[in-house]
Amino acid sequence: MASSDGNKNTNTEPWGGFDDNIIQGTGSAVIDMENMDDTSGSSFEDMGEMHQRMKEEEEVAAEAEATEEETGEDGEFLGMKGIKGQLGRQVADEVWQAGKRQASKAFNLYANIDILRPYFDVEPIQVRNRLIESMIPIRMINFPQKIAGELYGPMMLVFTLVAILLHGMKTSGTVIREGTLMGTAIGTCFGYWLGVSSFIYFLAYLCNAQITMLQMLSLLGYGLFGHCVVLFVTYNVHFHSLFYILWLVIGGLSTLRMVAAIISRTVGQTPRLILCGTLAALHMLFLLYLHFAYHKIVEGILDTLEGPNLPPIQRVARDLPVVATAAVNAMNVTVKTLMGS
Amino acid sequence: MAEVDESSKPMFAGLSDVSISTDIPVEGEINVPVGTSSQDDEYSTLDEPVKDTILRDLTAVGKKFVHVMYPKKSSALLRDWDLWGPLLLCVTLALMLQGGSVDSKEDEGPQFAEVFVIIWFGSVIITLNSKLLGGTISFFQSLCVLGYCIMPLTVAMIVCRLVLLGGSGKVSFIIRLLVVTASFSWSTFASTAFLADSQPTNRKALVVYPVFLFYFVIGWMILTFSQST
Repeated sequence: MASSDGNKNTNTEPWGGFDDNIIQGTGSAVIDMENMDDTSGSSFEDMGEMHQRMKEEEEVAAEAEATEEETGEDGEFLGMKGIKGQLGRQVADEVWQAGKRQASKAFNLYANIDILRPYFDVEPIQVRNRLIESMIPIRMINFPQKIAGELYGPMMLVFTLVAILLHGMKTSGTVIREGTLMGTAIGTCFGYWLGVSSFIYFLAYLCNAQITMLQMLSLLGYGLFGHCVVLFVTYNVHFHSLFYILWLVIGGLSTLRMVAAIISRTVGQTPRLILCGTLAALHMLFLLYLHFAYHKIVEGILDTLEGPNLPPIQRVARDLPVVATAAVNAMNVTVKTLMGS
Repeated sequence: MAEVDESSKPMFAGLSDVSISTDIPVEGEINVPVGTSSQDDEYSTLDEPVKDTILRDLTAVGKKFVHVMYPKKSSALLRDWDLWGPLLLCVTLALMLQGGSVDSKEDEGPQFAEVFVIIWFGSVIITLNSKLLGGTISFFQSLCVLGYCIMPLTVAMIVCRLVLLGGSGKVSFIIRLLVVTASFSWSTFASTAFLADSQPTNRKALVVYPVFLFYFVIGWMILTFSQST
Protein backbone atom coordinates (compact mmCIF):
# COMPACT_ATOMS: atom_id res chain seq x y z
CA MET A 1 0.00 0.00 0.00
CA ALA A 2 2.84 2.32 0.72
CA SER A 3 4.20 3.67 -2.51
CA SER A 4 7.34 2.20 -3.81
CA ASP A 5 9.16 5.43 -4.44
CA GLY A 6 12.69 5.68 -3.38
CA ASN A 7 12.12 8.57 -1.02
CA LYS A 8 9.86 8.70 1.97
CA ASN A 9 6.31 9.13 0.77
CA THR A 10 3.35 8.60 3.03
CA ASN A 11 0.68 9.78 0.60
CA THR A 12 -1.42 6.72 0.96
CA GLU A 13 -4.64 8.30 2.16
CA PRO A 14 -7.35 8.71 -0.45
CA TRP A 15 -7.61 12.44 0.20
CA GLY A 16 -4.03 13.03 -0.78
CA GLY A 17 -2.27 13.14 2.52
CA PHE A 18 -0.03 15.89 3.72
CA ASP A 19 2.58 17.56 1.64
CA ASP A 20 5.73 15.64 2.11
CA ASN A 21 8.17 17.84 0.33
CA ILE A 22 10.71 18.50 2.96
CA ILE A 23 13.01 21.26 1.93
CA GLN A 24 16.43 19.87 2.40
CA GLY A 25 19.24 22.26 2.99
CA THR A 26 17.97 25.46 1.42
CA GLY A 27 20.84 27.37 2.84
CA SER A 28 21.31 28.92 6.20
CA ALA A 29 18.56 30.70 7.97
CA VAL A 30 19.28 33.09 10.79
CA ILE A 31 19.14 30.48 13.49
CA ASP A 32 20.90 27.55 12.03
CA MET A 33 19.67 24.73 14.20
CA GLU A 34 19.70 22.35 11.25
CA ASN A 35 23.40 22.74 10.75
CA MET A 36 24.98 19.87 12.55
CA ASP A 37 28.40 20.15 11.01
CA ASP A 38 30.01 22.47 13.44
CA THR A 39 28.51 21.31 16.69
CA SER A 40 29.11 18.01 18.29
CA GLY A 41 26.39 16.25 20.14
CA SER A 42 27.40 17.22 23.62
CA SER A 43 25.40 20.38 23.91
CA PHE A 44 21.88 19.94 25.18
CA GLU A 45 20.27 21.80 22.31
CA ASP A 46 21.99 19.70 19.74
CA MET A 47 21.15 16.52 21.60
CA GLY A 48 17.54 17.48 21.66
CA GLU A 49 17.68 18.24 17.94
CA MET A 50 19.30 14.95 17.11
CA HIS A 51 16.89 13.00 19.25
CA GLN A 52 14.00 14.77 17.56
CA ARG A 53 15.38 13.87 14.19
CA MET A 54 15.79 10.21 15.08
CA LYS A 55 12.29 10.11 16.45
CA GLU A 56 11.01 11.73 13.27
CA GLU A 57 12.67 9.15 11.09
CA GLU A 58 11.36 6.41 13.30
CA GLU A 59 7.89 7.80 13.15
CA VAL A 60 7.96 8.13 9.41
CA ALA A 61 8.95 4.48 9.17
CA ALA A 62 6.26 3.56 11.69
CA GLU A 63 3.71 5.59 9.72
CA ALA A 64 4.44 3.64 6.60
CA GLU A 65 3.87 0.40 8.43
CA ALA A 66 0.90 1.62 10.39
CA THR A 67 -0.98 2.91 7.38
CA GLU A 68 -0.83 -0.60 6.00
CA GLU A 69 -2.50 -2.11 8.99
CA GLU A 70 -4.83 0.82 9.41
CA THR A 71 -6.40 0.46 6.00
CA GLY A 72 -6.66 -3.21 6.67
CA GLU A 73 -8.48 -2.62 9.90
CA ASP A 74 -10.83 -0.01 8.63
CA GLY A 75 -13.11 -2.56 7.16
CA GLU A 76 -13.34 -4.35 10.43
CA PHE A 77 -14.67 -3.52 13.80
CA LEU A 78 -11.18 -3.53 15.25
CA GLY A 79 -10.24 -0.18 13.75
CA MET A 80 -12.68 1.81 15.82
CA LYS A 81 -11.17 0.64 19.06
CA GLY A 82 -7.92 2.30 18.14
CA ILE A 83 -9.17 5.87 17.91
CA LYS A 84 -7.55 6.79 21.16
CA GLY A 85 -4.68 4.51 20.41
CA GLN A 86 -2.93 4.09 17.14
CA LEU A 87 -5.19 6.02 14.79
CA GLY A 88 -5.45 9.08 16.97
CA ARG A 89 -1.76 9.19 17.48
CA GLN A 90 -1.11 8.79 13.79
CA VAL A 91 -3.23 11.77 12.94
CA ALA A 92 -1.77 13.87 15.70
CA ASP A 93 1.74 13.06 14.55
CA GLU A 94 0.99 13.85 10.97
CA VAL A 95 -0.59 17.15 11.91
CA TRP A 96 2.48 17.99 13.94
CA GLN A 97 4.82 17.08 11.13
CA ALA A 98 2.90 19.05 8.58
CA GLY A 99 2.69 22.06 10.84
CA LYS A 100 6.40 21.93 11.48
CA ARG A 101 7.18 21.74 7.81
CA GLN A 102 4.93 24.66 7.01
CA ALA A 103 6.51 26.74 9.76
CA SER A 104 10.03 25.97 8.64
CA LYS A 105 9.11 26.74 5.05
CA ALA A 106 7.71 30.11 6.05
CA PHE A 107 10.73 30.79 8.21
CA ASN A 108 13.15 29.93 5.45
CA LEU A 109 11.23 32.16 3.09
CA TYR A 110 10.95 35.29 5.19
CA ALA A 111 13.80 35.20 7.64
CA ASN A 112 16.32 34.04 5.10
CA ILE A 113 19.37 36.18 5.37
CA ASP A 114 20.74 34.61 2.24
CA ILE A 115 18.86 37.29 0.36
CA LEU A 116 21.41 39.76 1.65
CA ARG A 117 24.42 37.54 1.20
CA PRO A 118 25.52 38.75 -2.25
CA TYR A 119 25.72 42.31 -1.01
CA PHE A 120 28.30 41.39 1.57
CA ASP A 121 30.62 39.67 -0.82
CA VAL A 122 33.57 41.99 -0.59
CA GLU A 123 37.27 41.89 0.11
CA PRO A 124 38.99 44.23 2.57
CA ILE A 125 41.00 45.77 -0.25
CA GLN A 126 37.83 46.67 -2.10
CA VAL A 127 36.34 48.30 0.98
CA ARG A 128 39.46 50.34 1.53
CA ASN A 129 39.55 51.45 -2.09
CA ARG A 130 35.93 52.44 -2.02
CA LEU A 131 36.42 54.43 1.15
CA ILE A 132 39.19 56.42 -0.46
CA GLU A 133 37.28 56.85 -3.70
CA SER A 134 34.30 58.25 -1.86
CA MET A 135 36.30 61.40 -1.31
CA ILE A 136 37.42 61.79 -4.91
CA PRO A 137 34.84 63.22 -7.28
CA ILE A 138 34.97 61.97 -10.86
CA ARG A 139 34.30 64.51 -13.55
CA MET A 140 32.85 62.20 -16.15
CA ILE A 141 29.20 63.13 -16.30
CA ASN A 142 28.21 62.20 -19.81
CA PHE A 143 28.45 58.50 -19.24
CA PRO A 144 26.92 56.64 -16.28
CA GLN A 145 29.48 56.18 -13.56
CA LYS A 146 29.88 52.82 -11.97
CA ILE A 147 28.45 52.59 -8.48
CA ALA A 148 29.22 49.53 -6.43
CA GLY A 149 26.21 47.81 -4.89
CA GLU A 150 27.51 46.71 -1.58
CA LEU A 151 26.16 46.97 1.95
CA TYR A 152 29.06 45.98 4.18
CA GLY A 153 30.94 49.26 3.93
CA PRO A 154 27.89 51.49 4.40
CA MET A 155 26.70 49.51 7.42
CA MET A 156 30.08 49.64 9.10
CA LEU A 157 30.30 53.35 8.42
CA VAL A 158 26.87 53.95 9.95
CA PHE A 159 27.88 52.04 13.08
CA THR A 160 31.14 53.94 13.26
CA LEU A 161 29.21 57.18 13.00
CA VAL A 162 26.98 56.01 15.85
CA ALA A 163 30.04 55.34 18.00
CA ILE A 164 31.55 58.73 17.20
CA LEU A 165 28.25 60.43 17.93
CA LEU A 166 28.01 58.70 21.30
CA HIS A 167 31.45 59.93 22.14
CA GLY A 168 30.53 63.47 21.21
CA MET A 169 27.30 63.38 23.16
CA LYS A 170 28.89 62.01 26.27
CA THR A 171 31.80 64.41 26.34
CA SER A 172 29.59 67.41 25.87
CA GLY A 173 27.13 66.37 28.54
CA THR A 174 24.11 66.34 26.29
CA VAL A 175 20.99 65.43 28.18
CA ILE A 176 18.33 63.66 26.23
CA ARG A 177 14.92 64.07 27.67
CA GLU A 178 12.90 61.44 25.86
CA GLY A 179 14.92 58.40 25.10
CA THR A 180 18.44 57.30 25.61
CA LEU A 181 21.74 58.46 24.23
CA MET A 182 22.20 55.21 22.37
CA GLY A 183 18.71 55.20 20.96
CA THR A 184 19.06 58.74 19.70
CA ALA A 185 22.41 58.09 18.08
CA ILE A 186 21.28 54.92 16.36
CA GLY A 187 18.00 56.46 15.32
CA THR A 188 19.65 59.52 13.84
CA CYS A 189 22.30 57.69 11.86
CA PHE A 190 20.19 54.87 10.56
CA GLY A 191 17.30 57.21 9.98
CA TYR A 192 19.48 59.45 7.88
CA TRP A 193 20.99 56.63 5.89
CA LEU A 194 17.76 54.79 5.16
CA GLY A 195 15.45 57.79 5.02
CA VAL A 196 17.48 60.05 2.82
CA SER A 197 18.39 57.16 0.53
CA SER A 198 14.73 56.32 0.08
CA PHE A 199 13.84 59.94 -0.47
CA ILE A 200 16.52 60.53 -3.08
CA TYR A 201 15.60 57.24 -4.73
CA PHE A 202 12.02 58.43 -4.92
CA LEU A 203 13.13 61.72 -6.43
CA ALA A 204 15.33 59.82 -8.86
CA TYR A 205 12.35 57.77 -9.86
CA LEU A 206 10.41 60.96 -10.52
CA CYS A 207 13.28 62.47 -12.46
CA ASN A 208 14.00 59.32 -14.47
CA ALA A 209 17.46 58.76 -13.14
CA GLN A 210 19.11 55.41 -13.72
CA ILE A 211 19.93 54.37 -10.21
CA THR A 212 18.74 51.46 -8.11
CA MET A 213 17.87 51.52 -4.43
CA LEU A 214 20.88 49.39 -3.58
CA GLN A 215 23.20 51.74 -5.41
CA MET A 216 21.68 54.72 -3.66
CA LEU A 217 22.10 53.09 -0.26
CA SER A 218 25.67 52.23 -1.09
CA LEU A 219 26.48 55.70 -2.44
CA LEU A 220 25.06 57.54 0.54
CA GLY A 221 26.60 55.08 2.95
CA TYR A 222 30.06 55.65 1.60
CA GLY A 223 29.35 59.37 1.62
CA LEU A 224 29.15 59.13 5.40
CA PHE A 225 32.88 58.43 5.50
CA GLY A 226 33.58 62.13 5.20
CA HIS A 227 31.15 62.81 8.04
CA CYS A 228 32.89 60.27 10.25
CA VAL A 229 36.28 61.83 9.66
CA VAL A 230 35.12 65.40 10.25
CA LEU A 231 33.18 64.55 13.40
CA PHE A 232 35.98 62.44 14.81
CA VAL A 233 38.41 65.30 14.45
CA THR A 234 36.16 68.11 15.61
CA TYR A 235 34.71 66.33 18.62
CA ASN A 236 38.21 66.17 20.01
CA VAL A 237 39.72 69.39 18.78
CA HIS A 238 37.39 72.21 19.62
CA PHE A 239 37.93 74.96 17.11
CA HIS A 240 34.93 76.29 15.32
CA SER A 241 36.92 77.64 12.39
CA LEU A 242 38.55 74.24 11.95
CA PHE A 243 35.14 72.69 11.80
CA TYR A 244 33.95 75.08 9.12
CA ILE A 245 37.02 74.48 6.99
CA LEU A 246 36.67 70.71 7.31
CA TRP A 247 32.94 70.96 6.67
CA LEU A 248 33.53 72.73 3.41
CA VAL A 249 36.48 70.68 2.23
CA ILE A 250 35.75 67.14 3.29
CA GLY A 251 31.99 67.43 3.32
CA GLY A 252 32.13 69.18 0.00
CA LEU A 253 34.33 66.54 -1.60
CA SER A 254 32.14 63.64 -0.59
CA THR A 255 29.03 65.54 -1.65
CA LEU A 256 30.58 66.32 -5.01
CA ARG A 257 31.39 62.67 -5.53
CA MET A 258 27.80 61.62 -4.87
CA VAL A 259 26.40 64.46 -6.92
CA ALA A 260 28.62 63.67 -9.90
CA ALA A 261 27.62 60.02 -9.80
CA ILE A 262 23.95 60.93 -9.84
CA ILE A 263 24.32 63.61 -12.53
CA SER A 264 26.02 61.09 -14.78
CA ARG A 265 22.89 58.96 -14.57
CA THR A 266 20.29 61.65 -15.20
CA VAL A 267 19.28 63.45 -18.37
CA GLY A 268 17.93 66.95 -18.52
CA GLN A 269 18.92 70.12 -16.76
CA THR A 270 16.01 70.44 -14.35
CA PRO A 271 16.03 66.85 -13.08
CA ARG A 272 19.76 67.09 -12.52
CA LEU A 273 19.35 70.30 -10.63
CA ILE A 274 16.58 68.97 -8.44
CA LEU A 275 18.36 65.78 -7.52
CA CYS A 276 21.72 67.27 -6.89
CA GLY A 277 20.47 70.29 -5.05
CA THR A 278 18.44 68.16 -2.67
CA LEU A 279 21.22 65.67 -2.05
CA ALA A 280 23.87 68.33 -1.55
CA ALA A 281 21.71 70.32 0.82
CA LEU A 282 20.72 67.31 2.90
CA HIS A 283 24.23 65.92 3.11
CA MET A 284 25.94 69.15 4.08
CA LEU A 285 23.21 70.17 6.49
CA PHE A 286 23.34 66.78 8.19
CA LEU A 287 26.99 67.30 9.00
CA LEU A 288 26.25 70.75 10.33
CA TYR A 289 23.41 69.39 12.41
CA LEU A 290 25.48 66.58 13.85
CA HIS A 291 28.16 68.94 14.94
CA PHE A 292 25.99 71.54 16.57
CA ALA A 293 23.17 69.48 17.99
CA TYR A 294 25.28 66.89 19.73
CA HIS A 295 28.29 68.79 20.76
CA LYS A 296 27.58 71.74 22.89
CA ILE A 297 30.74 73.16 24.21
CA VAL A 298 30.26 74.40 27.68
CA GLU A 299 32.52 76.93 29.31
CA GLY A 300 34.78 75.33 31.83
CA ILE A 301 34.34 71.71 30.98
CA LEU A 302 35.92 70.24 27.91
CA ASP A 303 35.99 66.50 28.47
CA THR A 304 35.87 63.86 31.15
CA LEU A 305 39.41 64.57 32.27
CA GLU A 306 37.97 66.92 34.80
CA GLY A 307 36.25 65.33 37.76
CA PRO A 308 33.12 66.47 39.50
CA ASN A 309 34.91 69.21 41.45
CA LEU A 310 33.87 71.94 39.05
CA PRO A 311 31.12 74.52 39.08
CA PRO A 312 27.85 73.07 37.92
CA ILE A 313 27.54 73.09 34.16
CA GLN A 314 24.73 74.64 32.28
CA ARG A 315 22.81 71.68 31.02
CA VAL A 316 20.34 72.32 28.30
CA ALA A 317 17.80 69.61 27.77
CA ARG A 318 16.90 69.05 24.19
CA ASP A 319 13.96 67.40 22.59
CA LEU A 320 16.18 66.26 19.80
CA PRO A 321 13.90 64.10 17.65
CA VAL A 322 11.40 66.93 17.36
CA VAL A 323 14.07 69.45 16.49
CA ALA A 324 15.65 67.11 13.99
CA THR A 325 12.58 66.30 11.97
CA ALA A 326 11.31 69.84 12.08
CA ALA A 327 14.62 71.24 10.90
CA VAL A 328 15.00 68.72 8.12
CA ASN A 329 11.46 69.20 6.97
CA ALA A 330 11.85 72.95 6.94
CA MET A 331 15.03 72.73 4.90
CA ASN A 332 13.47 70.30 2.49
CA VAL A 333 10.52 72.53 1.84
CA THR A 334 12.75 75.55 1.37
CA VAL A 335 15.00 73.79 -1.09
CA LYS A 336 12.16 72.37 -3.06
CA THR A 337 10.48 75.73 -3.44
CA LEU A 338 13.76 77.30 -4.46
CA MET A 339 14.55 74.64 -7.02
CA GLY A 340 11.05 74.33 -8.33
CA SER A 341 10.77 77.94 -9.34
CA MET B 1 4.45 -4.84 15.26
CA ALA B 2 3.17 -5.35 11.73
CA GLU B 3 3.82 -9.06 11.84
CA VAL B 4 1.69 -9.54 14.96
CA ASP B 5 -1.22 -7.75 13.34
CA GLU B 6 -1.02 -9.66 10.08
CA SER B 7 -1.21 -12.92 11.91
CA SER B 8 -4.16 -11.89 14.08
CA LYS B 9 -6.13 -10.14 11.32
CA PRO B 10 -8.50 -12.91 10.23
CA MET B 11 -9.10 -13.91 13.83
CA PHE B 12 -11.40 -11.89 16.02
CA ALA B 13 -9.92 -13.72 18.92
CA GLY B 14 -6.93 -11.46 18.70
CA LEU B 15 -8.94 -8.49 19.94
CA SER B 16 -6.91 -8.11 23.03
CA ASP B 17 -3.73 -8.03 21.01
CA VAL B 18 -4.69 -5.18 18.75
CA SER B 19 -4.32 -2.19 21.04
CA ILE B 20 -0.64 -2.04 20.42
CA SER B 21 0.04 1.11 22.26
CA THR B 22 -0.62 -0.15 25.74
CA ASP B 23 -0.09 -3.90 25.74
CA ILE B 24 2.94 -4.65 23.65
CA PRO B 25 5.97 -2.82 24.93
CA VAL B 26 8.25 -1.06 22.49
CA GLU B 27 11.07 -3.34 21.58
CA GLY B 28 14.49 -2.76 20.31
CA GLU B 29 16.97 -0.01 20.91
CA ILE B 30 17.00 3.54 19.78
CA ASN B 31 20.40 3.71 18.22
CA VAL B 32 21.54 7.29 18.12
CA PRO B 33 24.85 7.84 16.32
CA VAL B 34 26.18 9.74 19.31
CA GLY B 35 26.68 7.34 22.18
CA THR B 36 23.62 6.28 24.09
CA SER B 37 25.28 7.10 27.38
CA SER B 38 24.95 10.82 26.82
CA GLN B 39 21.33 10.37 25.88
CA ASP B 40 20.72 8.55 29.12
CA ASP B 41 22.39 11.43 30.91
CA GLU B 42 19.93 13.89 29.42
CA TYR B 43 17.02 11.95 30.71
CA SER B 44 18.48 11.26 34.10
CA THR B 45 19.33 14.89 34.81
CA LEU B 46 15.74 15.41 35.82
CA ASP B 47 16.20 13.20 38.82
CA GLU B 48 19.47 14.48 40.13
CA PRO B 49 19.54 17.01 42.93
CA VAL B 50 19.54 20.67 41.98
CA LYS B 51 22.94 21.19 43.55
CA ASP B 52 24.50 18.80 41.02
CA THR B 53 22.96 20.59 38.09
CA ILE B 54 24.01 23.99 39.31
CA LEU B 55 27.53 22.83 40.10
CA ARG B 56 27.88 21.22 36.71
CA ASP B 57 26.75 24.34 34.92
CA LEU B 58 28.97 26.54 37.07
CA THR B 59 31.94 24.33 36.33
CA ALA B 60 31.28 24.59 32.63
CA VAL B 61 31.01 28.35 32.89
CA GLY B 62 34.17 28.54 34.95
CA LYS B 63 36.10 26.45 32.46
CA LYS B 64 35.09 28.81 29.70
CA PHE B 65 36.22 31.79 31.73
CA VAL B 66 39.63 30.17 31.96
CA HIS B 67 39.64 29.69 28.22
CA VAL B 68 38.97 33.37 27.71
CA MET B 69 41.73 34.37 30.08
CA TYR B 70 44.25 32.31 28.16
CA PRO B 71 42.97 32.42 24.61
CA LYS B 72 44.47 29.50 22.79
CA LYS B 73 42.94 28.16 19.67
CA SER B 74 40.84 25.54 21.37
CA SER B 75 37.42 24.60 20.23
CA ALA B 76 36.01 23.91 23.67
CA LEU B 77 34.28 27.27 23.83
CA LEU B 78 32.64 26.62 20.51
CA ARG B 79 31.62 23.06 21.14
CA ASP B 80 29.86 23.32 24.46
CA TRP B 81 28.34 26.71 24.06
CA ASP B 82 26.04 28.11 26.69
CA LEU B 83 24.68 31.55 27.39
CA TRP B 84 24.89 31.57 31.19
CA GLY B 85 28.29 33.18 31.27
CA PRO B 86 27.41 36.01 28.87
CA LEU B 87 24.22 36.71 30.83
CA LEU B 88 26.11 36.86 34.09
CA LEU B 89 28.77 39.15 32.68
CA CYS B 90 26.26 41.38 30.95
CA VAL B 91 24.14 41.85 34.06
CA THR B 92 27.20 42.50 36.23
CA LEU B 93 28.56 45.06 33.81
CA ALA B 94 25.20 46.78 33.41
CA LEU B 95 24.65 46.95 37.16
CA MET B 96 28.08 48.39 37.76
CA LEU B 97 27.74 50.93 35.01
CA GLN B 98 24.39 51.98 36.31
CA GLY B 99 25.22 52.93 39.83
CA GLY B 100 26.76 56.12 38.58
CA SER B 101 25.16 59.52 38.83
CA VAL B 102 22.52 59.28 41.49
CA ASP B 103 21.54 62.93 41.55
CA SER B 104 20.43 63.47 37.98
CA LYS B 105 17.42 61.34 37.29
CA GLU B 106 17.81 61.28 33.53
CA ASP B 107 21.12 59.50 33.51
CA GLU B 108 20.31 56.75 35.93
CA GLY B 109 17.49 54.85 34.36
CA PRO B 110 18.58 54.19 30.81
CA GLN B 111 22.08 53.05 31.72
CA PHE B 112 21.16 49.49 32.59
CA ALA B 113 18.90 49.03 29.62
CA GLU B 114 21.39 50.74 27.32
CA VAL B 115 24.22 48.43 28.26
CA PHE B 116 22.06 45.36 28.04
CA VAL B 117 20.70 46.32 24.65
CA ILE B 118 24.09 47.34 23.31
CA ILE B 119 25.67 44.04 24.30
CA TRP B 120 22.98 41.75 23.03
CA PHE B 121 22.04 43.58 19.87
CA GLY B 122 25.66 44.27 19.11
CA SER B 123 26.40 40.56 19.41
CA VAL B 124 23.46 39.70 17.19
CA ILE B 125 24.58 42.14 14.54
CA ILE B 126 28.17 40.91 14.60
CA THR B 127 26.95 37.33 14.29
CA LEU B 128 24.73 38.21 11.36
CA ASN B 129 27.62 40.03 9.75
CA SER B 130 29.96 37.10 10.10
CA LYS B 131 27.34 34.73 8.75
CA LEU B 132 26.69 36.99 5.79
CA LEU B 133 30.39 37.13 5.07
CA GLY B 134 30.40 33.38 4.73
CA GLY B 135 31.32 32.15 8.17
CA THR B 136 30.79 28.59 9.29
CA ILE B 137 30.01 29.33 12.89
CA SER B 138 26.49 28.97 14.12
CA PHE B 139 24.38 31.71 15.64
CA PHE B 140 24.48 30.74 19.29
CA GLN B 141 28.11 29.76 19.23
CA SER B 142 29.01 33.23 18.08
CA LEU B 143 26.81 34.81 20.74
CA CYS B 144 28.51 32.63 23.32
CA VAL B 145 32.03 33.62 22.24
CA LEU B 146 31.27 37.33 22.10
CA GLY B 147 29.57 37.22 25.48
CA TYR B 148 32.39 35.39 27.21
CA CYS B 149 35.00 37.73 25.77
CA ILE B 150 33.38 40.63 27.63
CA MET B 151 35.02 39.25 30.76
CA PRO B 152 38.26 41.29 30.55
CA LEU B 153 36.14 44.42 30.24
CA THR B 154 34.14 43.47 33.33
CA VAL B 155 37.39 43.00 35.23
CA ALA B 156 38.50 46.41 33.97
CA MET B 157 35.24 47.90 35.21
CA ILE B 158 35.86 46.54 38.69
CA VAL B 159 39.39 47.92 38.64
CA CYS B 160 38.15 51.30 37.43
CA ARG B 161 35.64 51.54 40.21
CA LEU B 162 38.31 50.73 42.76
CA VAL B 163 40.61 53.35 41.26
CA LEU B 164 37.79 55.90 41.30
CA LEU B 165 37.34 55.26 45.01
CA GLY B 166 40.81 56.58 45.49
CA GLY B 167 40.18 59.82 43.66
CA SER B 168 39.35 61.09 40.22
CA GLY B 169 42.20 63.23 39.08
CA LYS B 170 44.46 63.07 36.11
CA VAL B 171 46.51 60.16 37.43
CA SER B 172 43.48 58.02 37.99
CA PHE B 173 42.31 58.83 34.50
CA ILE B 174 45.58 57.68 33.00
CA ILE B 175 45.50 54.47 35.01
CA ARG B 176 41.93 53.82 33.96
CA LEU B 177 42.77 54.58 30.36
CA LEU B 178 45.60 52.08 30.39
CA VAL B 179 43.54 49.39 32.09
CA VAL B 180 40.59 49.83 29.77
CA THR B 181 42.77 49.90 26.67
CA ALA B 182 44.57 46.74 27.72
CA SER B 183 41.39 44.85 28.52
CA PHE B 184 39.64 46.00 25.37
CA SER B 185 42.52 44.78 23.21
CA TRP B 186 42.53 41.54 25.16
CA SER B 187 38.81 41.08 24.51
CA THR B 188 39.20 41.76 20.83
CA PHE B 189 42.17 39.45 20.54
CA ALA B 190 40.43 36.67 22.48
CA SER B 191 37.28 36.77 20.42
CA THR B 192 39.28 36.97 17.20
CA ALA B 193 41.14 33.82 18.21
CA PHE B 194 37.85 31.98 18.32
CA LEU B 195 35.89 33.65 15.57
CA ALA B 196 38.45 34.21 12.88
CA ASP B 197 38.99 30.54 12.26
CA SER B 198 35.53 30.23 10.91
CA GLN B 199 36.11 32.76 8.15
CA PRO B 200 37.86 32.51 4.83
CA THR B 201 41.40 33.70 5.30
CA ASN B 202 41.33 36.92 3.34
CA ARG B 203 38.20 38.27 4.99
CA LYS B 204 39.28 38.14 8.58
CA ALA B 205 39.67 41.91 8.72
CA LEU B 206 36.06 42.38 7.67
CA VAL B 207 34.89 40.32 10.64
CA VAL B 208 37.35 41.75 13.14
CA TYR B 209 36.39 45.38 12.57
CA PRO B 210 32.82 45.16 13.95
CA VAL B 211 34.12 43.19 16.93
CA PHE B 212 36.70 45.92 17.51
CA LEU B 213 34.01 48.59 17.29
CA PHE B 214 31.75 46.66 19.67
CA TYR B 215 34.35 46.26 22.39
CA PHE B 216 35.54 49.80 21.79
CA VAL B 217 32.07 51.17 22.54
CA ILE B 218 31.82 49.07 25.70
CA GLY B 219 35.32 50.04 26.78
CA TRP B 220 34.57 53.69 26.16
CA MET B 221 31.39 53.43 28.26
CA ILE B 222 33.52 52.01 31.08
CA LEU B 223 36.13 54.71 30.73
CA THR B 224 33.66 57.58 30.82
CA PHE B 225 31.92 56.17 33.84
CA SER B 226 32.18 58.74 36.53
CA GLN B 227 30.81 58.51 39.97
CA SER B 228 29.40 61.66 41.41
CA THR B 229 29.88 61.97 45.14
